[in-house]
Amino acid sequence: MIATLLVDFSPLKPDFGLLFWSTVFFSLFWLLVGKMAFKPIVKALKDRQEDIRNALDAARQARSEMSDLKAENERVLAEAREEKMEIIKEAKVSANLLVAEARDTAKAEAQRILQQAKVDIETAKMAAMVDVKNEIGAMALQIAEKVIRKQLSDQPSNVAYIQQLMDEMDRGGNRAPSPKA
Amino acid sequence: MKRTIILFITGLFFCGKIFCQFSSVESNNILLASELPVTHSAPGAGEHEHSGEQAQNHRAAGEEGSAHNGNEGHGEHTPFDPKSTAFHHISDLNVYSIGSWNLPLPCILYAPGHGWSVFSSGKFGIDNAHHGNGHVAIDGYVLNHGRVNRISGEFPGGTVEVESIFSSSDKQSGANGKDSVRIAGINYGLDKPSTADGGLFGGGITSFYDFSLTKNAVSMLLVILLLSWAFLSMARNYRRAPGTAPRGAQLLFEPIILFIQDEVAKPFLGRQWERFMPLLLALFFFILGLNLFGQIPFLGGSNVTGNLSVTMVLAVIAFIVVNTNGNRHYWEHVFWMPGVPAWVKTILTPVEVLGVFIKPLTLMLRLFANITAGHMAILIFISLIFIFGQSGANTGAGLGASVGSGLLTIFMMSIELLVAVIQAFVFTLLTACYIGAAIEDHHHAAEEHHA
Amino acid sequence: MGGSIAAIGMGLAAIGAGIGVGSIGNKALESIARQPEAIGDIRANMILTAALVEGAALIAILFSYLVA
Repeated sequence: MIATLLVDFSPLKPDFGLLFWSTVFFSLFWLLVGKMAFKPIVKALKDRQEDIRNALDAARQARSEMSDLKAENERVLAEAREEKMEIIKEAKVSANLLVAEARDTAKAEAQRILQQAKVDIETAKMAAMVDVKNEIGAMALQIAEKVIRKQLSDQPSNVAYIQQLMDEMDRGGNRAPSPKA
Repeated sequence: MKRTIILFITGLFFCGKIFCQFSSVESNNILLASELPVTHSAPGAGEHEHSGEQAQNHRAAGEEGSAHNGNEGHGEHTPFDPKSTAFHHISDLNVYSIGSWNLPLPCILYAPGHGWSVFSSGKFGIDNAHHGNGHVAIDGYVLNHGRVNRISGEFPGGTVEVESIFSSSDKQSGANGKDSVRIAGINYGLDKPSTADGGLFGGGITSFYDFSLTKNAVSMLLVILLLSWAFLSMARNYRRAPGTAPRGAQLLFEPIILFIQDEVAKPFLGRQWERFMPLLLALFFFILGLNLFGQIPFLGGSNVTGNLSVTMVLAVIAFIVVNTNGNRHYWEHVFWMPGVPAWVKTILTPVEVLGVFIKPLTLMLRLFANITAGHMAILIFISLIFIFGQSGANTGAGLGASVGSGLLTIFMMSIELLVAVIQAFVFTLLTACYIGAAIEDHHHAAEEHHA
Repeated sequence: MGGSIAAIGMGLAAIGAGIGVGSIGNKALESIARQPEAIGDIRANMILTAALVEGAALIAILFSYLVA
């Protein structure tokens, strides 16, 4: 029954020709294309996979190196900044010092100049005093001369007395005419 | 979108109309030519390829061919038979029919005691309308429905005109249970091509061996050449510019190769995966290429992976690879399962030994059954047009059926595309799994390895 | 007669395989929904198991051809 049913159903019946040809064709395909194409392709894909993995690893490493470098940079920068602050601070201190020194020097100089000036003034006053004394003496002498001429014309005792007076005046008048005395 | 669907359905409708017209035209022609009172069905109604337009070509050719068909000696026309139509279209033939062209193929035949005969099947004088019945017998060989048969018994060699060929069911056949051929008024029985089925499916060794490059063999060659060209040029690209981004064919095939590598080879074969990659890739692309080649409309629809011979060769190769690579543990598990009581072993061992053979057997049958069933379903859906249209007698029903069957066919073809890929994948996956089971390290060692 | 018994046998084999493959697909989809990251493993094992079930059906169909 089934034999007559299947008599036309040739795909179910393996025939020698097709068995032979499919063996030949598939074996050829497997061996030749497998050897010449599939193997190199699989190998190339594997190599490329390896390449990509290596490249990714390298990139990751480079990135970590770079972040290390960046941290280092930042550290150096921070250090530099600190140093700068230090330097500025130092500079400020030394500048203050300098200014103070200068001020002191200037003060001292001023003091010195003032002193000098005082001395000069004193000296000039003394000179002026002497001058004035002399002048006043002369003037007093003249006045006295005139006064005395009138009273005592030409008496040597008078002259000596006057001289004596002059001397006394000189000695005591030293105190007497000083502004403070 | 809506407009496209409407246009599409209208297109199917007109296709069906053209079909039916040609059917009836042919019927009329035959009526005129043979002047037989025929209740008609077109004799060649079973000759449609998978798709409408192709069949239409066919029909056009059949029209002229039918004039000398009158002398074919069909007393009465058998009604349209979808079963034989489907069987005819999925079988391996000695002629490659695309539409109205019957491309001749080389016949390489050997009969013990007669020797080799090599010639082109074009010499048979292929009859377009009867789809590869030859008009001429050469060296005792005739072309019966596209297939070379040998005339049984003694028959003089050389080229002889054939009057007609009868199928075994035909009453005029004369030779009981055999197809027969009438030459010069005498009926001679025909031997079928010999079949390597041990007589299981009504075949057996007959008087000759057919080593012809048949339709399937030629399709196989074509697909292999195409694939070889693609992969060899691809390999050249990899060699020429290693480590660069893929381009061209690489873009198409690389993901597939990587898929096979990562989803099939690596998980199932473990550390030895690279050794078996050429086999797995060859299997996958061979099966996928042929599955898809058979799906191309207007290209003969050769049913290569749906032929048991082809899947048998693939399964035998898988069987050989599995068992030649089997290690001690594999055979131990087959013949003397460790860690099982002795009385269980007596049951288990026959089952396991049977399993060794059943595995490739199921590989063979699965691929064969899936692809054949797909081709057959498409053919039956196309046949619906002729069943409903009663081979041209009922044009209206044919028109209606053409729309429905066109839609069904397209649905089926899209499923078949999926099946083509899945079956190629499953065959490869299972082969890898069987190889993996055969080369696997001992279980405990494997567990340690993974841990 | 033998032919029709064979046809019934084929049908029964197809039913069995259908139920088997259906439940495999059902569980596989459930597992994928639960653990989408394991889709590769699940798919491979699903196809493997389905192939084994289908194998039984194919053998049954073949034997039903042979005994008919």
